[in-house]
Amino acid sequence: MNITIILQQLVNGLSLGSLYGLIAIGYTMVYGVIRLINFAHGDIMMVGTYFALFAATTFLLPWWAAFIVAIALAALLGVFIDKVAYKPLRNASRISSLITAIGVSFLLENLFLVLFGGVPRAFKIPQVFSGVVHLNGVIIPIIALITPIVAIVCLLLLMQILQHTKYGIAMRALSLDMETTRIMGANVDAIIAFVFAIGSALAAIGGIFWALRYPSINPLMGIMPGLKAFAAAVLGGIGSVPGAALGGFIIGITEILVVAFLPSLAGYKDAFAFLLLIFVLLFKPTGIMGEDLEKGRF
Amino acid sequence: MVFNKLDKTYIFRYLATNMFGGVFMRRLFGVVTFALFALFIISSTGFSSKAYAKEIKIGVVWPMTGPIASFGQMNWKGAQIAESMVPKTKDGATLKLILLDNKGDKVETANAVSRLITQTHVKAIIGAVASGNTLAAAPIAERYHIPLLSSSATNPLVTKGKKYVSRVCFIDPFQGSVAAKYAINNLHAKTAAVVVDIAQDYSVGLAKFFVQSFTKMGGKIVARTFVQTGDQDFSAQVSAVKAANPDMIYMPTYYQEASLFTRQAKQFGLNQVIMGGDGLESDSLLKVGGKAANGITFTTHYDPKATSGKVGKEFLKRFKAKYKINPDAMAALGADAYLVMVDAINRAGGYKATSEQINKAIRSTKDFHGVTGILTIVNGDAIKSAVVRKVENGKFVYVTTVNP
Repeated sequence: MNITIILQQLVNGLSLGSLYGLIAIGYTMVYGVIRLINFAHGDIMMVGTYFALFAATTFLLPWWAAFIVAIALAALLGVFIDKVAYKPLRNASRISSLITAIGVSFLLENLFLVLFGGVPRAFKIPQVFSGVVHLNGVIIPIIALITPIVAIVCLLLLMQILQHTKYGIAMRALSLDMETTRIMGANVDAIIAFVFAIGSALAAIGGIFWALRYPSINPLMGIMPGLKAFAAAVLGGIGSVPGAALGGFIIGITEILVVAFLPSLAGYKDAFAFLLLIFVLLFKPTGIMGEDLEKGRF
Repeated sequence: MVFNKLDKTYIFRYLATNMFGGVFMRRLFGVVTFALFALFIISSTGFSSKAYAKEIKIGVVWPMTGPIASFGQMNWKGAQIAESMVPKTKDGATLKLILLDNKGDKVETANAVSRLITQTHVKAIIGAVASGNTLAAAPIAERYHIPLLSSSATNPLVTKGKKYVSRVCFIDPFQGSVAAKYAINNLHAKTAAVVVDIAQDYSVGLAKFFVQSFTKMGGKIVARTFVQTGDQDFSAQVSAVKAANPDMIYMPTYYQEASLFTRQAKQFGLNQVIMGGDGLESDSLLKVGGKAANGITFTTHYDPKATSGKVGKEFLKRFKAKYKINPDAMAALGADAYLVMVDAINRAGGYKATSEQINKAIRSTKDFHGVTGILTIVNGDAIKSAVVRKVENGKFVYVTTVNP
């Protein structure tokens, strides 16, 4: 195995990892604020991708407009799901919300199966994203260059919102104590709706970039990326936004390296990703960046 | 505002605590149970069964959703056309097909088959598509002595040692050897890389038979890599195969993985011909694979161009008229599974035939003229010819037919 191949595999890993990270950021943010593991996150990602597909093919919007419409619609969907499914259970035990989240996930999957069938559809890739760059024998698809940038931009934007805006301050307050935040006069429900809007928009962005890389979309496409993103979020320390991004990169790179260096076990790469998760949790139960879970958030 | 909020909470709490224990729910439950019971009695006392006359229930288990949904849907389309061609047995009994979706999943398949046998009381079952799924269903069919006729499970293990499992397709040792011959004689390949889906018995088996034939004929396997059903990122596998620089790539997976693999392969400058088995044949391969799908070559069961015989021509005509597309191998096999089943029921005595007799008749099918050609079932396996097809300009084109 020469250096070019190793570099190539590292690039592959970074590219896959940035996709996981992108999806994991939204996952972890929702958890960080209302302590709900939103299992429907992967499915919102799937729905967002379908929105983009229909905006581009049925309504013939240019790709950038289609993406914006899809992200906006996914954000609305997130708010809607929160209103219908999670808000009535705000004061119920946490396990009820968790089960509801699983229910929402199944509902979305099966609704889309009924509406659009299980046969995968092709996602049309705009010319801009389809090229490759050659660098000393290492081949980098353009999309693999763009995704980490998008992931990092989303991460920075989110950190900015959380740390320096009024909404962000309210979100952080909310994550520590919902009732006290309410007493302080903050409109808790509006803030949680906003959290879901951002989380779902991030899921849609993740979905669109996922589809730009792997242009076969079907109603069950969100399950595995959703699980991986969840693992990434837990690995990085659930509730920690930079941790989620880091976790995503680690899981992506692990998967690729398993295929690269242990070819006979390549089929089990998912198992390795989850094994790594278990291993890290054994030594650091709150995840890599999840220091002192009760005190600080994000 | 405050009152409103309290009201809502109160109603919600009330419902939560009284939902299942309350008098209201108990009464409602009673009424619903009674209604269902009454309905059941009415429907089972022959009140309605006279109206439907003679009917033979045949279970059908195919993947209508999930990773190989495209196969199940084409199977079902084909079977429906076949049903329109031969709707009744010779003694006038209607065949009622009861379709259950197994989602391409092993557990779902086993559950569906159990349900069809123990609750719907079907006489025979058609299905499933994937070898792994059919293998999961086989023990249940064996236990209840119900014939299971697979449309397209090609792995030899599916029927091995079984008394009630049969199929209307050829098996993988044949398919693998046809592919190896084609690789060496037509592609002039001396080395090959093999990409296997470890989650599919079909893929593992077919890869093994290809490697056996390929190496026996003097070829060399320079890389072996593995994927799993549902994988979408193949960049690591593509990079590994590219480093080995084989003359051709053999990838006996299903279409979903292959369509994304070929895209990533082309992106990484891996331009060797990809060959596979019948699992690649789906419209999705063309749509998702796009330009990158051109050149993919595979062994399969059917091509409209190679159609001969009355049944095949009639099927082609009706299929095109109804669906406005050409039938593919899965549609043709779906039709053949149905036609072989009807033929067997006829030979077993029609409406009165027991599952045992139908099974015997299926397994003694000889020189049957089906949609995919002439087939004979020996020990549950169909002996018949294979077709080689490839993708050219975004379409499947006929290459050649290979006889057993």
